[in-house]
Amino acid sequence: MRPALSVILLTTLIGVGQGLFAALYTVQVFDRIGLIQGPTSPMFYALGCAFALAFLAVGLGASFFHLGRPERAWRAVAMWRKSWLSREVIVLPAFMGCVFLYGLGHYLGWTQLPILAGLDATLIIGAVGTVLCALLFLCTGMIYACLKFLQEWHTPLTVINYLLFGSASGLMLATAYAAIVEPGLVRFFAVWAAGFTLAALLGRSASLSRNARLKPRSSLQTAIGVKHPRIVQSSQGFMGGSFNTREFFHGMSSAWMRSVKWMFLLAVFPIPLALLAGGLLGGVPALLAAAFLVQYAGLLAERWFFFAQANHPQNLYYQRIS
Amino acid sequence: MTQLALVIDLNVCVGCHACVTSCKGWNTSGAAGFLSDDNPYGKDPTGTFFNRVQTFEVGEYPNTQTVHFPKSCLHCEDPPCVPVCPTGASYKREEDGIVLVDYDKCIGCKYCAWACPYGVREIDEHRHVMTKCTLCVDRIYDQSLPAAERKPACVMACPTSARLFGDIHDPESAASKAIQENGGYQLMPEWGTSPANHYLPRRKQEIKVREEDLERVDNPLKVDGRLPEPALKSPSLDDVTSW
Repeated sequence: MRPALSVILLTTLIGVGQGLFAALYTVQVFDRIGLIQGPTSPMFYALGCAFALAFLAVGLGASFFHLGRPERAWRAVAMWRKSWLSREVIVLPAFMGCVFLYGLGHYLGWTQLPILAGLDATLIIGAVGTVLCALLFLCTGMIYACLKFLQEWHTPLTVINYLLFGSASGLMLATAYAAIVEPGLVRFFAVWAAGFTLAALLGRSASLSRNARLKPRSSLQTAIGVKHPRIVQSSQGFMGGSFNTREFFHGMSSAWMRSVKWMFLLAVFPIPLALLAGGLLGGVPALLAAAFLVQYAGLLAERWFFFAQANHPQNLYYQRIS
Repeated sequence: MTQLALVIDLNVCVGCHACVTSCKGWNTSGAAGFLSDDNPYGKDPTGTFFNRVQTFEVGEYPNTQTVHFPKSCLHCEDPPCVPVCPTGASYKREEDGIVLVDYDKCIGCKYCAWACPYGVREIDEHRHVMTKCTLCVDRIYDQSLPAAERKPACVMACPTSARLFGDIHDPESAASKAIQENGGYQLMPEWGTSPANHYLPRRKQEIKVREEDLERVDNPLKVDGRLPEPALKSPSLDDVTSW
């Protein structure tokens, strides 16, 4: 497949936003049950939610550039019973609404609302937000995992990796954010960020090794229904390009693919972890910010590779111009 | 339930592309708007087509066969492109099984093209919506056309009658009979999409030999070559019958 920049930005940016929100809510829950000392000011949550919302909004904005008719995007909520894409279109704004309310609740101090019998409204909104956050990871992953003949994607690992990558990058951002406004929480976030980054390494390694061993189920024989072992296309039927030759081929060499793979494997896992450790031990916030930025850049490469690696069976029909 | 479909005979197709050009001609002139056709005579021509004819070489020289392979939307009975559409623009008609795109609802997200293993959906670069073969739904029910012309444009154009059009759920239709009698098959059966369009394989040419080819009808003794020689003056067959 040819990776589309809009979709790469959408999936990586909303992942960061989701991870950052989950990080904030985790801190509140842990604080509430007394496992850690929470932030000194509720503004930590409010500002954090503003950051998360910014990432989600830019991601959502990027997705519009993928559409041929963006003015009709509202129609995409119609088929939520069947289409994972439609479900994502519903869950993403709902999640953004929750993040907004969660931040607003902290900003306005909705911790003991009389209409909720003194319950902490932010905890309830946050719980709803966390459910939507998980659903959004599920929808985003299933958009790709549900396409059974794109064998590289058709695995639960696709959903798991979206969850792990989003959480890891969001936690990296939370670490850098805490280093500036709440140094007391840096260690907490850093441990979680490192944990999710290592889990993502496991998940991605599993999918990489799985994909390396994949055998395509379709062949030229099944594509045209001729059983002879030797079939060569002598014409794809037209001399120029078409949608089919542009959309489904990334057009890069295998050497380029290999180097992108090693680039993201380095930039997403060991380098951010080293920067994280350096920032934590040396107490340098700039290193923590660098850890997030390097990991995010790595995730852009990872997502490019994710799309490019998928080999569409339609490519069997478009092999030779003449 | 009706399932309209094409049956394409690879034994007969000569790869002339008449179905491609007639398809484009008909569908670019329709109410839905023109089909893109950029730089048709330039350096890098590109455009939207609902139908393509591809060519494959099967076997190793000198035992090779050239297979011309027309490919358009197969109107799958379980179309993978339909459930993924977020807007419902991509749908399969209950009444005749044609898979269509509602151009007024399509948002051009291309997800359905990703979900089609056959690569038969093409986005129109000017209308920015997904387009595909409609089985000429604007022809086949048109009462103003003579009944014999209520067929897809590609079927009308085919000079060798390699394309049959009909209801494959009706066992009496010519399309169904062609599938049954000539080993009609579906493309990429491994994905369970159950395409409605079928292809007829290459098969050995059979010469139909009728009885009268072997034995003269005016051979009363049933022995060829042993007819009694007529006398020179006796009347010949031409003299006694009027044919």
